[in-house]
This record gives sequence, C-alpha cells and structure tokens, in this order.
Amino acid sequence: MHHDIIMAGFGGQGILMIGNLLAVGALRRGYRVTFFPAYGVEMRGGTANCTVTISDREIGSPVTARPLGLVAMNEPSVVKFGPRVRAGGVVVVNASIVPEGVLDREDVRVVRVPCNDVAADLGDPRLASMVALGAYVAASGVLPVDAVAEVLPEVLPEKVHRLIPLNQKALEAGADRAGA
Amino acid sequence: MSESKVTFEKGNVALAKAAVAAGCRYYFGYPITPQSDIPEYLSGVLPRIGGQFVQAESEVASINMLLGAGATGKRAMTSSSSPGISLKQEGISYMAGSEIPAVIVNVQRSGPGLGGIAPSQGDYFQATRGGGHGDYRVIVLAPASVQEMYDLTVLAFELADAYRTPVMVLADAMIGMMKEPLEEWVPQNPEPAKDDWAATGAAGRPGRRIKSLYLGDGELAEHNWKLAQKYERIRREETRVQIELPEGCELAVVAFGSAARIAKSAVDRLNDEGRRVGYVRPITLWPFPEEAIRRVAEQGVPLLTVELNTGQMVEDVRLAVEGRAPVHFAGYPPGYLPSPDDIYDEIVRRLPAGKEAA
Amino acid sequence: MKPVFVRPQSLTDKPFHFCPGCHHGVIHRLVAEAIDRFGVRERTIAAASVGCSVFLYDYFDIDVVESPHGRAPAVATGIKRTNPDKFVFIYQGDGDLAAIGTAEIIHAANRGENLTVVFVNNTVYGMTGGQMAPTTLLGQPTTTSPYGREFGQDGYPIKMTEMLAQLEGVGFAARVAVDTPARLAQARKAVFRAFETQLEEKGMGFVEILSSCPTNWGMKPLEAVRRIEREMIPYFPLGVYKERKGSDAL
Ligand SMILES: Cc1ncc(C[n+]2csc(CCOP(=O)(O)OP(=O)(O)O)c2C)c(N)n1
Repeated sequence: MHHDIIMAGFGGQGILMIGNLLAVGALRRGYRVTFFPAYGVEMRGGTANCTVTISDREIGSPVTARPLGLVAMNEPSVVKFGPRVRAGGVVVVNASIVPEGVLDREDVRVVRVPCNDVAADLGDPRLASMVALGAYVAASGVLPVDAVAEVLPEVLPEKVHRLIPLNQKALEAGADRAGA
Repeated sequence: MSESKVTFEKGNVALAKAAVAAGCRYYFGYPITPQSDIPEYLSGVLPRIGGQFVQAESEVASINMLLGAGATGKRAMTSSSSPGISLKQEGISYMAGSEIPAVIVNVQRSGPGLGGIAPSQGDYFQATRGGGHGDYRVIVLAPASVQEMYDLTVLAFELADAYRTPVMVLADAMIGMMKEPLEEWVPQNPEPAKDDWAATGAAGRPGRRIKSLYLGDGELAEHNWKLAQKYERIRREETRVQIELPEGCELAVVAFGSAARIAKSAVDRLNDEGRRVGYVRPITLWPFPEEAIRRVAEQGVPLLTVELNTGQMVEDVRLAVEGRAPVHFAGYPPGYLPSPDDIYDEIVRRLPAGKEAA
Repeated sequence: MKPVFVRPQSLTDKPFHFCPGCHHGVIHRLVAEAIDRFGVRERTIAAASVGCSVFLYDYFDIDVVESPHGRAPAVATGIKRTNPDKFVFIYQGDGDLAAIGTAEIIHAANRGENLTVVFVNNTVYGMTGGQMAPTTLLGQPTTTSPYGREFGQDGYPIKMTEMLAQLEGVGFAARVAVDTPARLAQARKAVFRAFETQLEEKGMGFVEILSSCPTNWGMKPLEAVRRIEREMIPYFPLGVYKERKGSDAL
C-alpha cells in the first residue's frame, strides 16, 4: 500500500489539521507516514496545502508530482492540483463553492460534497474540512473512518476537545455523502 | 493503541527536543524562517528546566554568546537559516580556532542573498569548507528524516564535546518543516568532564586562556597542524554514510538530506521495476565519505549526484571517484522542488541502454 | 619595611608590553586590584576583546575567553547566563566597543546583563596603527583622518557613557580618567563600584576610562597626559552618570 494525497484550500479552512488527522490516523494503524506542509509566504498568500503519504514500507519522498488523491476545498486548488492526480485516484471537491466542470477528467473518481453546507447543517461552518476528510477516507478506502475519529483527541488541541463528538459527526456525514 | 512512544513531530521540533535530551540547557538565537520552531520550542522549555533562552540582537551576537557558553564547557546551541548562518561564520571560525565545542543548526533556505524560504542545499560549500576564514573544518551532519533530526542532533553534541569543535547540523526547509513519526530516546553517553580545559574560574590553579591568537614564532603553524591532526582523526573515526547497492548495480544515486529522500522514491520505484539502482547517502558531509564512494566507483558503477543546487557536493564525489567511473549530475536550484518522477527520468536517462527491465 | 608598591595578586608577573605613557597598564592594575579587593579571582571569567588589550590574558592570572572584535559583550553574556555564580568582566577599547561592537554593548546593557565593563577610550584605534575611532575628537588628525576629524565627513565623537546611562539595564555608569593621582583614586572607586554593581546584581556596571595613546597621537608621554585634561575632558566630562542606589535591584 502506498497512498499519497494532496489537501489544499484557503488558509484557515483547516487543511493542515485534516492532513495531520489523516497522517496520525494512519500512524496509529501501523503505517509509515509523512506530512509536508506548504509554509511561509505561500501560506500568507491565502492558500494552504499539504501532502500526506501513507505506506506500508519506508517512505522516500514526502512530496509528489502525481498524487493518488486530492482534497480540494476551493477552486484554485482544483485547477492547480486536479490535473496531477494519477489515473484511478480519488478527488474530493468542495461542491459548496467549486462549480461543476472545473475538473474534466474521466480517469479519476470525482466526489463532489457540499462541505460548507453539510458543516452548516451540523451547526459549525468550520467543520467543512472535516466533512471533506470523512468523504475522502470513505471514497478512497485508504483507512477506516474510525481510524481517523480515534485520533481526534490526540491531534485536536486540548481547548477544543469538547467539540470532538461534533467533529466525529462531521467525519461520518462526509463519509455518508461519499458513499452516496 | 497509542501506547507506543512514537509521536508525530515536525523536524525542527524533533531537533529541539533532541537538544534538550542531550543535556543542552542554553540557547542563543535570532529569528529566521524556516527554523523558528526551534527557538519557539526552546523558549518555552529551557527556562523551566533551569536553562537559559536568549533572543539576541543579531546572529553575530548569538554565535558569540554561544562561544562564551561553550568556552565554559556548557552544552549550548544556536540555530538559524542560511543568511543568518553567513553572519555566524565569524564566531564559528573563532570557536574552531579556540577549540570550543558547540552545536550550530542550519535549516537551509535559498540564496544567494535574501533568496527565499524554499528548501535548498545551497550552503553545502559553506558548511563543508569551514565557512569562515582560516584553515579549519566543521563536522557537518545531514539529517534526512525527522528521526534523524533527533538522532543526529544528539550525536552533534557528543561529537562537539569529544573533539572540542563546532558541529553543524545541516538540515533544510523540507526536513525542518515536514512531520514524521518520532521516537524520542534518552542518550546514555554521559557528558564528558570539561574541567581540564574549560574556563571555570581559576580556583586553585593558574588562569586559563581559551583563545585562537598565536603570535609567537611557529606557534600558529603548530596550532594549525594540531587542528589538522584532529580533523584527520575525525575523518578516520566519524565518517558516516548509508549505502544500498544491489547485486549487479547499474548506477548509484548519491544524495543527502531532502534530495536523498526524494531520490529514494525514484530508486525504489526503479528497483521495483526490475532495474538495479544503488543509493548512497552521505550522513556526514564533512568528513565526506570518500572511501565508500571510491569503492562503489571501483566496481565501475556510474554515479548520479542529485542536489537541490546547481552542483556542489558533486565536486566532492568527483574528487572521491578520481575518474574511475562516470559522475553525472542532476541539480535543482531553489524555487522548484523536484518530484520523484523528475529524478526517475534523470536516472533512466543515464542507465546503460539495452538492459530494459523485463 | 612596608612595601609601597605591591603587584596585585591576580596579575601574572609578565611585564606589560604597552608603549611608554600608555594607560592600559595602569588600567589593568586597577582591574586587578578590584579582583583582589573583592576576592573574586577564583570565580572570575573575563572576555578579552581585540585591540591593544588583546593580551589581557597574558597579564591576568584568571580564566580569559578571547572574543572576536567587538563581540565581548555577547561572549560575556554567554558566559554569565550559563554561569551566573561567576564574576564576569569585559575590557574593550573604543573601536571595539563603540564602532564594530556597538550593537553588542547596547543590547547587553539593555538586557541588564550583570557584567562589569571597562571601556578604555583613547580616541584612536591603537593596535592597528592610529586610525580614526568613533571617539576621535573633532579636528584630531589620525592616519585615516589626516586633515583632522571633521563633522561633515565623520560625524561627532560618540559619548558612550551618556548613551548607556539612559538604559534601564545599566546599574552604574561613570567616566573617569587616570592622568592625575586624584583622578586615579576616583577611577579606582569607579571600577570598584562597577564590580559591586555586578556582585549586587544591579545590572551592568560600566566605567569609561579616558586613556592616553602617545604613540598614535604622535606625542611625548607627558604631552599626551596633558592632552587628556586639555582636550578630552572638556568633551568627555568626567563623573558618575548613573548609580542605582541601595536595594533598588534590577
Ligand atoms: C572583524 C575585524 N575587523 C578589523 C580588525 C582589526 N582591528 C584589530 S584591533 C582594531 C581596533 C582597536 O582599537 P580600539 O578598540 O580602540 O582598541 P585599542 O587598540 O585602541 O586599545 C581593529 C580595527 C579585526 N581584528 N577584526
């Protein structure tokens, strides 16, 4: 198993958080993992992205030109990274703000989830990225959704631990949408 | 299930934790991207464990604070990134000359000049040639993973004390900013006693000088030869390299640090496809593993050096090989971080023809 | 018979190499007397600077760490922060302290480092052959201001004691001279105060000592001594510029 995925969106959408969750989830299930964030100037420019690699053997590069998966929380991310996804990969697109037709590919599975709307229904728009992560995990099968939910206490800062049940719901809601 | 002591850590933080584990209680620095996690972490920890964290007014000041601390035998460190390391060269030269142990971390960004904050290996020459004025060397350790940020930092403190010399951990933005599993361990080697040389106050003995100035007839030559002998000992005892050479190796990639990580993916992929590609990763950049590389070349294996610059370590590879085998180069100056695919193509281009894998 | 002239214990018996009429030797003795007086020899670590006083470590029988030009306040910060129980002093010339090392001295002072600073102002770069220093007086010729220092070209001579006295981190700041027996006595007092300031943990104890450099001034020793009173003191007034009193610790 060797799975690399790029997660991208606006700064403040929680991109680095879901990248960490996926990575730690995989780590706790016994996989090798790497996480590489874009940082500094690029981040202040308003976009954030990270690459997560999950493997059952030693990982070389923490960066990739052609990921197997993509979570794109905004349109620029779909435009920039969508064409790079390997054939057979999974792309989760935040349908709440990315119009249809931005990524025109037959050879990848595009899963459109209205993440902002699902999050708003759950009562907190900040959960949008969590919805996307749930959708990605379910659609790609890279890990059971549980594996990610289980590490919420480890990855989320102490001060938001009371929101863990809500985050868990968001993951599940995303997973449900992906299954549909 | 999260019983293991493995945490998921950023390279810079792993390095800072290693310093604390190694018994370093004193840090002197000046902020610069992409290494600020190190002072940020240590400013929280050191004051609580009886140490000192000083944010100096400049890199020039911080390296000299390190000089002062090191001269009294205390385990201390500074960290910076490329432009700041240039400013520290004065102090590094003085510490080499005065034989003061110290650990200096360079999380390389890109140059020349203000350059940028992208990963780069542009400081290879500066690090491995001493960097400042005078005839000296600095031990240079090149971590290629978050775990190695920890392991090699512990080693850096041990080597600095063992040889009374400044040691540099030469990382870069990629290794510093990435996260990987980290297993922290407690170093067992006790910190050597330093009261036979350090400035500790001349209690019951004559005063000591920790210095680099030698004006007497022949004194400086003698001092330089003494340093040279120490460097020779370091060459013999402390050269470190990771080598994976398959039977019937067709070509070996030579790379360090982040470039080695990216190259490793390409090498693994080719070997999965049935090619036989070797992997040589210098862990000490000075001393450079020239013996090991010469032995690879003696088997007639062509070498491809991959660096995040326009060609620096490749010169050392050529010196080691001395014409025994072809030495190719693939370089990536900052601003474009190569992917494993890029390096895959570079390797394939150089593989002996007509031996395509089944 | 009681000896009139006793060599301070913390000096080695190596004779000073300084030029005739140079005040570095006198100032070395003052510092050594202070070390003896406060009984700190066995816990003293000095940071030597670069200049004519670079050989400080040959004359003092104490632990000395050499510093790059101008960086002694930073080196001393490193020593003191990691060894708060030690007594740490630095000894710098005007090129060292007021030109290349301006940032280091100001920030060490501003951090309130518990250090004792002996600043020897001889208005020239002595060691390198009499070039212009930041303290060179207006009109004073040097090898790099052959027509005399001129404001439009080189700015005014810098008054370090006045500047540093402004900083909260400084516990004691004074300017003294050693050109007459009376002033020498005052200078000794000031050096002692600068030692006490550190021992009482009141921040930086700073003493500027106006000093002669007959060789680079192109003067006979006596002439040079007279110049201190005639030219230097009017521009660099003597006195205590700051003294943190009693228990108002830093
Ligand atoms: C980086 C650096 N630049 C220049 C020098 C040369 N240098 C040695 S001493 C000195 C000036 C010394 O003058 P001062 O500090 O006034 O002390 P003095 O010799 O007058 O006692 C200079 C410029 C040096 N050693 N290092």
